[in-house]
Amino acid sequence: MSPERSGTPADGRERARHLMMAALDGEISRQEQEELEGLLSGDADLSEEWERLRRIKEATGMIGLAKPPEEVWGRYWESVYNKVERGIAWILGSVGAILLLSWGAWKGVMALAADPDIPSVVKFGLLSLVIGAVVLFVSVAREKLFTRARDPYREVER
Amino acid sequence: MDAILATDANPHDEILLVSRAREGDRSAFASLVDRYMRRAYFAALGLVGSPDDAMDLSQEAFARAFRARRSLDPERPFYAWLYTILRRLCFNFIRDTHSRRRKLEGASPWMVAQARARAAESQPERSARAAEIRERVGTAIEELPDREREMLVLKEFEGLKYREIAELVGVPIGTVMSRLYSARRRLARSLEDLA
Repeated sequence: MSPERSGTPADGRERARHLMMAALDGEISRQEQEELEGLLSGDADLSEEWERLRRIKEATGMIGLAKPPEEVWGRYWESVYNKVERGIAWILGSVGAILLLSWGAWKGVMALAADPDIPSVVKFGLLSLVIGAVVLFVSVAREKLFTRARDPYREVER
Repeated sequence: MDAILATDANPHDEILLVSRAREGDRSAFASLVDRYMRRAYFAALGLVGSPDDAMDLSQEAFARAFRARRSLDPERPFYAWLYTILRRLCFNFIRDTHSRRRKLEGASPWMVAQARARAAESQPERSARAAEIRERVGTAIEELPDREREMLVLKEFEGLKYREIAELVGVPIGTVMSRLYSARRRLARSLEDLA
């Protein structure tokens, strides 16, 4: 862990933290080890912290991730492939549903608009509802497809 | 953990597989899945802490990678590209479902004792104490902020070097070390009587 590699700021405390991490993880050079020992010997708080961190490293080193039964790996690719297929099915199904619903809605609206018994205020309300729904749909689709994909802060935790 | 993550990956072979997968060759993509499925599963398990969800999320990451295969760059390591998809899925999953909160109620089935610790646990009195420590460490890890937990998992369970973690996550090495420090400090606070 050389200073260039770590990009460690000149701040001594930060340097000590990085040296302690490097020592715990076996990524420390002999020179850095000596530097750390020098820092530890002159700072009781730091030595205490070093001991705590060392014990934590020991505790985390005692555990590992549980392995699943070996059979799951035999079915893994099949499950991935099913997900790919279902993804395509969902897309096709959604496009079909949107087209059919839009066509049905258009026909319904046109039938209502042509009906002389329906009062104008209802026709106006219906027109507003349709335009509102279309604007909302286009706005959400644009947000999902373009804006979010190009958002440089999408990875930032909220 | 090395046995779990062993892939026998040959870089030239991988470039060829990625090029073929990019053209839509399913068998080539299946070979990539076979090569990295364990690693992806354990990375997801370390992040979400639930075996079923980790399996589902890792498979979903491969499925999304297949759909987006045209954006694959044969010159870049496949796993690094897959990992960006996987970690985003895992972070979204954690944020959306608050699954970690649910899991705090029970034990930590995603954690097991390492071989060294298992040997020490052969005596009954030590075994009970070790199981208690394991459970408490597992719970404390689940409570870490996502980014710190990710660093700890990649370091402790995947055994990656700082440089490898930095490349995989796309942050400077200094950030890797700072996040690791924060994670361990939080663990030390949560497990004060142990540390």
